[in-house]
Parts: sequence; C-alpha cells; structure tokens
Amino acid sequence: MKEYQTITEISGPLVFVEIDEPVGYDEIVEIETPGGEVKRGQVLESQSGIAAIQVFEGTTGIDRKASVRFLGETMKMPVTEDLLGRVLDGSGEPIDGGPEIVPEERQDIVGAAINPYAREYPEEFIQTGVSAVDGMNTLVRGQKLPIFSASGLPHNDLALQIARQATMPEAETDDDSTEEEATDEEEGSEFAVIFGAMGITAEEANEFIDDFERTGALERSVVFMNLADDPSVERQVTPRLALTTAEYLAFEKGYHVLVILTDMTNYCEALREIGAAREEVPGRRGYPGYMYTDLAQLYERAGRIKGREGSVTQIPILTMPGDDDTHPIPDLTGYITEGQIMMDRELNSQGIEPPVNVLPSLSRLMDDGIGEGLTREDHADVSDQMYAAYAEGEDLRDLVNIVGREALSERDNKFLDFADRFENEFVQQGYQNNRDIGETLDIGWELLGMLPKTELNRIDEELIEKYYPEDESETSEEAVGVEADD
Amino acid sequence: MSQATQTDIDVVSEGRIESVSGPVVTATDLDARMNDVVYVGQEGLMGEVIEIEGNVTTIQVYEETSGISPGGPVKNTGEPLSVDLGPGMLDTIYDGVQRPLDVLESRMGAFLDRGVDAPGIDLEETWEFTPEVTEGDVVEAGDILGIVPETKSVDHKVMVPPDSEGGEVTAVESGEFDVTETVVELDSGEEIAMRQEWPVRQARPTENKRSPDRPLVTGQRVQDGLFPLAKGGTAAIPGPFGSGKTVTQQSLAKFSDADIVVYIGCGERGNEMTEVIDDFPDLPDPQTGNALMARTCLIANTSNMPVAARESCVYTGITIAEFYRDMGYDVALMADSTSRWAEAMREISSRLEEMPGEEGYPAYLAARLAQFYERAGLFENINGTEGSISAVGAVSPPGGDFSEPVTQNTLRIVKTFWALDADLAERRHFPSINWTESYSLYKDQLDPWFVENVAEDWPEVRQWAVDVLDEESELQEIVQLVGKDALPDDQQLTLEVARYLREGFLQQNAFHDVDQFSPPEKSYLIWQAIKTFNDEAFAALEAGVPVEEITAIDAAPRLNRIGTQEDYEAYVEELQGDIEDQLREKY
Repeated sequence: MKEYQTITEISGPLVFVEIDEPVGYDEIVEIETPGGEVKRGQVLESQSGIAAIQVFEGTTGIDRKASVRFLGETMKMPVTEDLLGRVLDGSGEPIDGGPEIVPEERQDIVGAAINPYAREYPEEFIQTGVSAVDGMNTLVRGQKLPIFSASGLPHNDLALQIARQATMPEAETDDDSTEEEATDEEEGSEFAVIFGAMGITAEEANEFIDDFERTGALERSVVFMNLADDPSVERQVTPRLALTTAEYLAFEKGYHVLVILTDMTNYCEALREIGAAREEVPGRRGYPGYMYTDLAQLYERAGRIKGREGSVTQIPILTMPGDDDTHPIPDLTGYITEGQIMMDRELNSQGIEPPVNVLPSLSRLMDDGIGEGLTREDHADVSDQMYAAYAEGEDLRDLVNIVGREALSERDNKFLDFADRFENEFVQQGYQNNRDIGETLDIGWELLGMLPKTELNRIDEELIEKYYPEDESETSEEAVGVEADD
Repeated sequence: MSQATQTDIDVVSEGRIESVSGPVVTATDLDARMNDVVYVGQEGLMGEVIEIEGNVTTIQVYEETSGISPGGPVKNTGEPLSVDLGPGMLDTIYDGVQRPLDVLESRMGAFLDRGVDAPGIDLEETWEFTPEVTEGDVVEAGDILGIVPETKSVDHKVMVPPDSEGGEVTAVESGEFDVTETVVELDSGEEIAMRQEWPVRQARPTENKRSPDRPLVTGQRVQDGLFPLAKGGTAAIPGPFGSGKTVTQQSLAKFSDADIVVYIGCGERGNEMTEVIDDFPDLPDPQTGNALMARTCLIANTSNMPVAARESCVYTGITIAEFYRDMGYDVALMADSTSRWAEAMREISSRLEEMPGEEGYPAYLAARLAQFYERAGLFENINGTEGSISAVGAVSPPGGDFSEPVTQNTLRIVKTFWALDADLAERRHFPSINWTESYSLYKDQLDPWFVENVAEDWPEVRQWAVDVLDEESELQEIVQLVGKDALPDDQQLTLEVARYLREGFLQQNAFHDVDQFSPPEKSYLIWQAIKTFNDEAFAALEAGVPVEEITAIDAAPRLNRIGTQEDYEAYVEELQGDIEDQLREKY
C-alpha cells in the first residue's frame, strides 16, 4: 500500500494528489487528516502523475499535509445474512451500537450488469394491499417501480404501508380459512426490506425506524442512513451499498428483497455537485450528461435471475422539484424504471389516503403479472375500464366548472359520479387498511356497476355476465362466485 | 467480436495507458488508425480508437473500466470494429459488440464480467451448404454461391464478399461445413467461406436505391390505415415515458410482414429484453407459422451495460440488416431507443471535452442520425436481387418535449412519424398514436398497393375517416366550452361516429389474441362498418329521427367489438344488417 503526502489541490469534495505509481480508476482511498481522522474516497480520474479523488465524508479538515493511502481495490461491501436487523450509516458502518459485523463475503459495490439472457421475466404478483397499486398499477417481483412525489406529500406513509403489507399471494392459497390472520405472521411470504436513505431529515428517518421497530419489520430489514447533514458525496455510495446487500441476500441467500431508496432527488443533487466540482460539461439543468447511465446502473439492479431463488424489487422515492415531472430526475427515472406511482397534491388536500393519481401512474409489468391463476381473470379488463371511465369523468369535471352539472347529459353525470366515487372509495383506503386483491376488484365492480353494461366496452362480455352487479344488493355474492369457479 | 482474431491477435502495435476517465482511456505511443479496435489493460478490454492527437490516442472502451490503471498495455489489432456475418445470426441475442449473450452467460454466469470475448457466430457449428454455382461459372462480388437453411423460416444465402475481385469458380463443395471452411474457390486463388467480416461503420455497397412502393404491413390499424410505412421506409416513434414506445416497437417486430427482423434494444430496460427473449421463441411468425425467433436477431445493450457499446450497437444492428438485405430479403430494423444512442454519443463527446452543440449533444449528432437512417431503403443489390431495410427508431424526448435535438434531427430525415401521446396512454387508448400529429409521406406511394390488394376505395374511405376525426377535434374544442348537448344534432352525430372510429378502429388491444393483429382487409371492414352506421344514421337524422334515439340503438356499441372477432367478416355483415334494420324502422 502506497502512502502519499502530496496533495496539490482541494476543491469542494475533490482532492488532487500527485502520485508516482499508477492507481486504478474507481479505486478506494483513505485520507488521514493531521487531526487523525480517517476519511474515505474514490479515484475519479487517474492519469500518470496525478489522481483526482472524491472524498465521501467531505473535505473539511483535510490539508496539504494529509496522508493519502491507495488501497489497491475498488469499493467493497462486507455482506452477511447477519446484516438483517442492523442499522448502518451511509457508508456501511454500524450505528446501532450492535456487535461488529463479521462479513461472509466482500462484494464490489459497483455491481456487474445482469446478462439479459440470464434474467427471468418478472411476473409474480406482489400484493401490497393498496388498491390504487394492486388494482391499477400492479407491482410484481423483480420490478422497479418508483414513487414520484413532491415536497409535502405523504410518500413515506405509502412506502411504509407497502413495506409492511407486501406479501406473495401463494401464502394465502395454502390456508383459505384463516388467511387474514395468517398473512401477517407468514414469514416465508414476507420481504426482506433494505432501506437506503439519502439526505433525508433525521425526523423522517426516525419515522421509518420507529415504524420498522413497532411492526417488527426491523428484524428483516437492513437500514442504510445518510441523513441530510451527512456529507452529500457519501450519497453516491449509499444506494450502491444497499443494492449490493440486496443482491447478496436475493441471489445468494434466496430472499425476496424489497429495496426502498429515498430520496433519489438528493442522490442526483450529489451527482451534480461532483460534476460541477470536476468542471464537466453539464447536461440539462446542470445535471451531468451521464446521469441516465448512472441512474440505470442503480435501477437496473432490480430483477430476477434464472435458477436463483430470490428477487430484488425496488421502490425508489423521488420528490419532483416544483411538482414537475419533466424535470431531469423524474424524467430520466421514468425512462429506466418499469412505471411510476404518482402522488397528487390535489388528492392529498382532499384527504385521500394514499393520494395516488392513477392516471399518470403506470406499471409496465402489470399485464404479465395479473389475470387468471395470478390474480383474477377479470383484473386486466376491470382496471382498463376503470382507467377509461375515470379519465372520462376527470375530463368532464373541467366542463362542469363552466356549464354546471345540469347542462350535462345523464351519461356524463354517471361518469362524473364514477370519478368521485373512484377517488373516495377505491383510492381512499387509509394507511393502516390492508385490502386483498379480491376485495379491491370487488370494489371496482361495485363502482363499474354505476355505468350501464353497454358502456363497459373494455370488458369481455362473459366477464360482464359473471361479475356485473345486477342489483346493488347482490354485489356481495361476487367474491364467493370466484372461488367456486374453475 | 471475432474470436478468430482474438486468440491469435495480430498486435500491430502496443502502447501505454496514460489516463482513465469512465469509458474513455487515452494511450501514448500507440500506432493506430481511426476506429481501429484495441485491447486495453491486462484484462484486455475491447475498445475503439476515436481520436488521435499527436502521440496521444483516445479510445472508447466497450467494458467497465474500474481498476484499469495508467501504465497498462494497449494493444492495437489494426482492424476496424467489425461484425461476423454468416449463418447463425438469427435466433441469437447479442450485446452491442456482437458477443452472443448466451455464450457469455455460459462462460461467466448471470452477471456480465469483463474481458471475455466470443465470436459473433459459432465457429464450430456446421451447416448444410447447397451450391448454386458450378465449376467454370464466373462470379462477381455479391453473387450468391449457395444456400444454407439457417432456420425453419429463412434460407441463408452465401455470397461472394463485396470487396472481392470475383473470378471463375475452380472448386465447389457441397455438404456439411463450419463457417470458416472453404466452400468455393476462385481462379484468383480466393477461398470463400460462409463467414465474412464487415466494418460496422461502413455501409455495405449496393447498386442503387429505389423509391419504395410496397407497405410494411404491421397489422396495426392506425399504422396501416392512417400512417403506413413502406418496405424500405424510415419511421420515428417519439413519445414520453409510459406512452407505449416499446409495446409499439414490439408489435412491429411481432406482426410486420418482413422476412427478417433486427431488434436493437439500445440503452433500455433489462426486463424488456428478457420479455422479448422469453416471448419470441414461442410466438408464431404470422408469415410462416414458425417461431418468431427464427426470423429475428436481437441486439441488447441495456441501460446499465457499458455506454460505449451502446454507441456501437445500432451500427452492429444495421450491418447485420444490410447483410440479409443483400440476400434479397425485406428486413425490418427497430432501434429502441435512438435517444439513448445519442446520449451515449453525448457522454463520450463530453469526456473528450469536445465543444458541445445543442443541449450538450455533439455537433455531429444530426450527421450521425442521417447516416444511420440513410442505410435504410429499398435497394437493388450488387447481385441483382432486390432487398429492403425499413428502419424504425424510437425516440425518448426528455419531458416529452418534441422540440429537443434528437427528435427534431430525426424528423428532418424520416418520412413516417408516429407521435405517441401520453394523454392517450393515460386513458389507456392504445396504441397511443396521436392521429392529428402523426403523418406518413408514403401514403400516395402506397395507395396503389392498397387499391390493388385490399379495396378499390381504400384511399377514399381513409380520407373519410380522417375528415371525421379532424372534425371531431375541432368540435371537441367547442364541447369543452359549452358541453356536447349544446351542439346541433348533426354535429353530435359526427362526434358519435368519431368515437366509434377512435374506440373501434384506432384502439387495438395488443394483449388480445385476435385483436393484436389486424390484417388490412379487416381494418377496411371495420371502416366500412362504421361508415355504414354513419350513412344510415345521417339518413335517419334527415328523416327526422331524434339524435338520442339514433345513438341509442343497441347494435352500435358492437362496432367496438369487431376487432376481437375471429370471424370478422360474418360479424360485420350481420352488424351492418342490424344497424340498417334498427335505424330504418325508426322512420
């Protein structure tokens, strides 16, 4: 290991060191300040004679006499199953006062790309118990489905609800009678949760930890905490540590892992900060041109691999600056992820919990994860029809503002009512309420029952016959009908 | 790239790494030409020379550069970046530099490692070669020498390489050979095998380019009906995320009546490529009934794979497409997405510290896009056959803003524009191709084909449908202000007809077994059925029937279900009868 005391320049998060032996790109560096503090960093650019280093913990306290050690390897994450239940800081050091972590393996945090040929296509339904997600934007195992939110919206509550409730439906078919009680205890069907926090406030962090502790979820979680007052450059490594741990648990230990990363906006800000410090040519809004590639290297680490037990499902959370979904961060994210869940300010002020606007939301992997044998035969058609009907009702609302309800036809009024009830009964459910998929779809049919059969042009005629509530009072029978069938 | 050149690399010259920054490496003392392929570092990572300045050579590296350090060796092969061409390319999935992903998986497991090389076509597999020439024949560059059954659907044609001098055939073999064995010898001493190489950045030669006159039938009503693409044409599909670009591209790959499909997943999602890999071997090709994979070559460079290989993958794809075109096939090439390709150019360019053009894209963006699309077309090949490449590029404009450089530069070149619309996608109107913004400049060229093969009044019926939809979008503006009921009866009726055109004709369910593919004949009948309703309804209105009664007839909603009917001819006939009966009895 070569040690230098040849720092030539310190600028923002970067340190430039004169070297006489070549160092590798991405190699890990330790910098010891005269005060004895050890900071870690990574080689960003390597030329013969000089190396540029980004320092994770910030450059405060580093002077030109600080000694720089090149460790001769790229950054590794010590991984072991014992990590479950632990709280670590943003660079992977335990901060929960627990015992030292004895790693089973040390894995490169950059992570290699999964060969598309080796991937298994995700098509196993995850029941989150949230109607707006399960019914309209179904999540499947191995998917990456971000929550697009904005400041002041309860994205954390939704993320927590999903982390708490997410189960595999197989667990329920095992014992039909006591399914309600069983799902909560069913260990096998639950996810290991990896929580990667980047630049969130201590208060938000406490909210998550408290909830994890209260529900006992902490035992099956690994928490990485980079808080708002932690060095921003460290945010570069936090998600990579989290995903490396997730990959290890999933692909080597067979866990189904749910990774929650929050807040990706802070991650991108850190990326921009380093880009600016390196005087790179900026892309849109000052973010580096390689941000798409960089984000892809995180998001694409979700998935399933043929012949391996586990899976990595990602729910990244990002806050859209100015509620603008064309901002580079949500925009590039949307191009990589398999859909998005959109939080809506207006629904939030109406008190809808969760305030998910299903129209701009999307789950790209939904079509293959639902239907007969997976969820229910009518799922695809019902969700399509509700989308179309809600969109129509939503359009009519603008008109009502101008001409009033009386000026509209009976048909239009039905669609308006549908849109209102859709928000107040289907989307609205509360953060503690866990609905199974059958219940979600039954509520859907109840609402569709407001519309005449001839308007249900997205639904197969046979399914209309089977599920359409002929009379308001008969709706309760539908659920029974399904199980008897087939 | 080719194993043959890798195992016994002819090192033309060797240099030293000077600096490393992401995918860009500079080397000193390397004697190289532009676009030479080099191997970088101890690991031997493949790269390409992209800039030479004095003693310093700049290289873009096609693999992750973590841990590569200055001082390491750089070896120049002296060869430009090339692909292996020969039987075995169909039913295969490659990365951006033509390494078969299945071979990579078997060599290094589920994750992509570095420094592993694999030939583009299997060098050991043998193929049944049936000659089409005999000794004494005189052949020229490009001529077909023999046939190899490559897959159930496709006969591979072994050709004289385009850079050959040609000559008299002195020996011809017949039977099982691997791709490197000589099957034909010429009097010039040239030995021709099934495998040839071609530099990807150079178009393969052709005799001349012609004006396309046949449609690429896609089975999508909105595309075939309103905005057709020609065989040999170019099209762009721009749209914001979530608007259905990939589904549209995949529908084209599945249902278009091309002989060969080259599908380039350029910087897109890994799971999407997996879906294609999983689905295509099981789906039947609508032309032949064989598996779709039998006519498909996939190139997958997902967004997390090295960015330089993303830059090269479109060239790899189009070169493979040209090779099949030379055999006389109609090739359809999809690139999803060209924006990622442009971004890869931008990333490399910014690492080179080039002066940026618009939005940080390099100044040569327009030129590169034009060069790529110009390699598509209907061609007379040098061997006298006729082949075509239809190129369809998805564009992913940031924020859905079509005024950005990649969309704008693409629109200047392509002749068919399928504009995807997020609003339509939100209300689950798929394919979400916006009918007021999209256009096709091939319409007039292709009308004779539709008139001859589908229906004599195809152009007129289409124009009728376009007019109704145009009128609807004008009326919608008024409806937004005053409500539908304030409109006069005839305009209300027009809105109703337009609704059936939207829901029954334009919308198509890609996941419904029957509806997903609509032959032009069926599309035409749907038009006809809606037109029958239109004509009968207006006649009834004329005769004094109130508009509410006309629109309420129970036969009308069945117009939206023609798409899902297998026996659509009988269904339409019955439906037309019912519409007539139900409307006529009202007056």
